[in-house]
Amino acid sequence: MSFLVDSVIMFTSQVLFFGFGWLFFMRQLFKDYEVRQYVVQVVFSVTFAFSCTMFELIIFEILGALSSTSRYFHWKLNLYVILLVLIFVVPFYIGYFVVSNIRLLQRQKLLFACMVWFTFMYFFWKLGDPFPILSPKHGILSIEQLISRVGVIGVTLMALLSGFGAVNCPYTYMSYFLRNVTDSDILALERRLLQTMDMIVSKKKRIAMTRRQMYQRGEDQNKQTGFWGMIKSVTSTQTGSENLSLIQQEVDALEELSRQLFLETVDLQATKERIEYSKTFQGKYFNFLGYFFSIYCVWKIFMATINIVFDRVGKTDPVTRGIEITVNYLGIQFDVKFWSQHISFILVGIIIVTSIRGLLITLTKFFYAISSSKSSNVIVLVLAQIMGMYFVSSVLLMRMSMPLEYRSIVTEVLGELQFNFYHRWFDVIFLVSALSSILFLYLAHKQAPEKHMAL
Amino acid sequence: MASLDRVKVLVLGDSGVGKSSLVHLICQNQVFGNPSWTVGCSVDVRVQDYKEGTPEEKTFYIELWDIGGSVGSASSVKSTRAVFYNSVNGIILVHDLTNKKSSQNLYRWSMEALNKDSSPTGVIVSNGEYDREQFVENAVPLLLIGTKFDQIPENKRSEVLTRTAFLSEDFNAEEINLCEMNFPFISLQMTGFTDRKRFSFKSLHYD
Repeated sequence: MSFLVDSVIMFTSQVLFFGFGWLFFMRQLFKDYEVRQYVVQVVFSVTFAFSCTMFELIIFEILGALSSTSRYFHWKLNLYVILLVLIFVVPFYIGYFVVSNIRLLQRQKLLFACMVWFTFMYFFWKLGDPFPILSPKHGILSIEQLISRVGVIGVTLMALLSGFGAVNCPYTYMSYFLRNVTDSDILALERRLLQTMDMIVSKKKRIAMTRRQMYQRGEDQNKQTGFWGMIKSVTSTQTGSENLSLIQQEVDALEELSRQLFLETVDLQATKERIEYSKTFQGKYFNFLGYFFSIYCVWKIFMATINIVFDRVGKTDPVTRGIEITVNYLGIQFDVKFWSQHISFILVGIIIVTSIRGLLITLTKFFYAISSSKSSNVIVLVLAQIMGMYFVSSVLLMRMSMPLEYRSIVTEVLGELQFNFYHRWFDVIFLVSALSSILFLYLAHKQAPEKHMAL
Repeated sequence: MASLDRVKVLVLGDSGVGKSSLVHLICQNQVFGNPSWTVGCSVDVRVQDYKEGTPEEKTFYIELWDIGGSVGSASSVKSTRAVFYNSVNGIILVHDLTNKKSSQNLYRWSMEALNKDSSPTGVIVSNGEYDREQFVENAVPLLLIGTKFDQIPENKRSEVLTRTAFLSEDFNAEEINLCEMNFPFISLQMTGFTDRKRFSFKSLHYD
């Protein structure tokens, strides 16, 4: 009986998540495009729904809601479905839509889509070889094989995003890094841009007029061939077309310059808006947060280095450690069991919400930046794939943040994976990503004022 | 060259509807084989004989300013684009007939271009909503071009044409629907007409 009730609850929540994913797709991602392929929308919403259900199950685990057998059952079910979607459905549709965009392969769309899928599976399988993620006693078709590979990809993604985010966040929030941009800078750049456009226009007018005159005089654009043609070409003025190609080269160079000027002007406008924003109350609040986050970022980099250098794996989670410290050192007595449950619920809840929100915002920004009406379907599916893998690996890694009694179900469901490996791998990639982001941002920051000096 | 008058025409529309191909077609009389994203603005020029064969014949340079980007771009991109909207003589609005959103976005495009173009005494619509009244008194001629007509299946064509007829009514614009650029022919289909034009597009020849 209780199993039925639990299943109904789970199902309702899944439908809710599905609806939320659908709305997000329509309102945020695709608000400037027309949805023509409903398959894409359904696949995206399904991936989102099942990923969120996993988080929901963790929360239920901590709260002790629903009976433990039904929780275990739903965990397994959810995991199978999500692996099915991530490994079979989404890559197949990505291949299908990529193939539909290519003209030549229109005939045998399905065949080529299957070929793409097989290539994906091959590389996906090969991914597992260099990593010591499995003990050899697992069979080839076991669920652990699939999860381990999905986990590796997802953890890499998470670490890359975290590393970049940890560095970028203080850089964007703090107004210390804002370059000083005045209105006159922007006006000067805009004037240069318009001057360049005028120069392009006048050169193109010359080309158009010359071509028209050549056409009216009956002169051929193509060089004349044959013996008499060669004699003729020596005597008559072919300087018309030579001039043209020279002017055309100048026009190409000017067009490249105009593009660069345009991008620089956009950059300056964005900086000016940020400066204005930083003077508002919200801006000041974010500035303060930025200082806080920069300390957090330095702390995380430090911890990652320590973990790698000393080959240390955290045995206890932050909640239990915190409680231990307060009880032992500060002498405050309180009911450990009761508080650990609530605190870990809050902590895990915050982690889940911020990671979902952060991921959705990043995906939206990424989508706006690179999609066009042709490639929007493919990009959304790729984003759905990334989102699914990201969420699966965050469940994997979250195991470390939970007290022992709640970890058991994650360990049970996901099978015998080498969890320590994943944490080590996360630390390594996080470190690499954070350091390269620092380098990258430093170079970009240094380069920008020099560009303006040259104006 | 300087003695010829200049006419500046903006070509606006969502990304991927075919503005760069259209501009290339009008100016070079050639089909553009390899279109890629337009960053910023690209200009092309066509020499046009106005009222050819009559005593009032005059040769103009028509500058077609093809502005890239989407209507939902960041405000920094929008304010940078605004420098191109000065002293405009005409606007060509391009939309993709297979994509309804691109037609709806044309309202926002025209608001963006015309608000920058308004005279100091003109009223600037600040809520960003489409105001039909503005287009009635609009002194800038509009031309609406629909692309990729041949990619619509036969049975849907009349429905699409009715929809675009309403659109051109709203804008008080003249309308042309074009077939795919890769074919050597372009079949012109003119529907709707307004006589508030300072130069005529009917004299464009396609090879």
